[in-house]
Amino acid sequence: MSTEQTRKLVVLAAIWIILISAPYWMVPLGGYTALATRVLVLGLAAMSLNFLLGFTGVLSFGHAAYFGLGAYGAGLTLKYLAASTPLALIAGIMLAGICGALLGMLIVRRRGVYFAMVTIAFGQVFYYIAFQWSSLTGGDDGLRGFSRQPLDFGAFKFDILSNEKNFYFFVLFCFALALGIMGFILRSPFGRTMIAIRENERRARFLGIPVERHIWIAFTLSCFFMGFAGALYALVNNFADPRGLHYSQSGDFVMMAVMGGMRNFWGPLLGAAVFVVLQDYLSSVTVNWMSFVGLLFVLVVLFFPRGLLGFLQRSKA
Amino acid sequence: MTQLLLFNVTNGLIVGAFYVLMALGLSLILNLSNVINFAHGGFLVIGGYIAYAITPYIGFWGALLVAPPLTAIIGLAVERVLIRPLYGRDPLYSLLLTFGLAFIIEDGTRFIFGAQGKPMTIPAFLSQSVSNELFFITWYRLFMVAVVVVAVTLLFVLLRYTRLGIRIRAGTLDLETVAALGINVQMLRSLNFAVGIYLAGLSGVLAAGQLGLEPTMGTGLLMPSFIAIIVGGIGSLPGTLAGGLLIGVASGLTAVFFPAASEAVIYVMMAVVLLIRPRGLFGEEGMMS
Repeated sequence: MSTEQTRKLVVLAAIWIILISAPYWMVPLGGYTALATRVLVLGLAAMSLNFLLGFTGVLSFGHAAYFGLGAYGAGLTLKYLAASTPLALIAGIMLAGICGALLGMLIVRRRGVYFAMVTIAFGQVFYYIAFQWSSLTGGDDGLRGFSRQPLDFGAFKFDILSNEKNFYFFVLFCFALALGIMGFILRSPFGRTMIAIRENERRARFLGIPVERHIWIAFTLSCFFMGFAGALYALVNNFADPRGLHYSQSGDFVMMAVMGGMRNFWGPLLGAAVFVVLQDYLSSVTVNWMSFVGLLFVLVVLFFPRGLLGFLQRSKA
Repeated sequence: MTQLLLFNVTNGLIVGAFYVLMALGLSLILNLSNVINFAHGGFLVIGGYIAYAITPYIGFWGALLVAPPLTAIIGLAVERVLIRPLYGRDPLYSLLLTFGLAFIIEDGTRFIFGAQGKPMTIPAFLSQSVSNELFFITWYRLFMVAVVVVAVTLLFVLLRYTRLGIRIRAGTLDLETVAALGINVQMLRSLNFAVGIYLAGLSGVLAAGQLGLEPTMGTGLLMPSFIAIIVGGIGSLPGTLAGGLLIGVASGLTAVFFPAASEAVIYVMMAVVLLIRPRGLFGEEGMMS
């Protein structure tokens, strides 16, 4: 085994050890378990966006819509259809993925800033639907009146409702599952093609790759993952918020990906961790946290455009 | 019923006029510099609050003249310091930066002026109705539309006949060639940015007179302006003009028959336009990619 491979394995092992042990060191360090759960879920969302942004090179600035659709899909299922956590997750994933697939067809023919603009505008459609259709979605107040259900394996029950640690491990399991699928896709010929499109779209086209179709598939897949994260988020809070669909939430996701490092698979998770902890801290000490978050955006763009991981890797080289 | 219809169509046209002012500025900056200016609504707020702050000293008319250029100067400074370093980079970065800037402006305004809405004093005769029959049309609304018409006409004259305007249009088509011809492209981008921000400042003053001031007043106008640009066709300023008026009237008309959908209808229009004519109503082939 080459040293490079050993190094990669060590890093990978370290990441998972940190994630698995998080509930045990989070609390002594002054955090709380739910904060770790939130980092995982928003990290998954940022990584799903980065699947498109960092690996296909297409900027979607409306991905919060699919995150929110996942949350509402899960919430509505729990509230009106069936008290089953796995079913709620599946419903959220399907709702987000199918909507993404349909709208993706309208969106993929555009590139660059125009792609971004159309994704923002379409994302807002779902925000308005959630906002206006109060009888179903609770409107401005958000969707309440549901809660995640204990997992029933027949022989025994796994209580994720009242036990925060159990719930964290359940989310970690879902997170690992999603990441496994994502990593598998990125390693497949399809994933390599995505990267080829990112590096040189014209060349990929000349090689006979149907670029539009590939971008559409990548967009749709990323919406499915986003829906998964959104559905988990509804379970975290037992609540679905219309602001989770708003384009400012999309901006937060893009920020997490950029701040952590877009070109790195794990970058967005690091970005999400920094962003969530910072926001949690700032909103507890100042009412003007919005300015600080805005300032963070400006500073990262001007001074750390490659993100934390990009910065570390370059300074080492 | 006719009155209700007329009321909503007029409303739609007036709202549409605002969308047009905002969207034209956004469109100018987008076409030449490839920057989606998320802070455009923020500059509208700055324009409005500057007008609010100076009205006690120089009156409404003075504020109307002075506030937009002041906003444009702030815009110039922002462009010079924050946006210029990003021109060579992925458009993602300017988008994120202006997005953060919008946060700072909104929160900063709240910090300085408070979260409460502020009323803007306008000359008394402007707030009267034109006639009893058409009670909903105040002189101020007519005045706003007149200002928008003048501003848009001047903008098109500027772009059509002046050296700066011709250079801006040429730069939109092919910036590299324009640079190769010895024109200072940085300067061109700055001036173009300033013109766009001037329009945002102007809409801020006008909006303040009609609706009063709030730190969040710009955010709500941003999305419809995006849609006006997409519907009208990216890259086409006349398209943006038509798009803004069209979605204004459409949402006004929907308010008559199905009030809950008056916000959603503009998104539906966008989807329909993108389905049938992906480049937008006035867009040219190839401008979208």
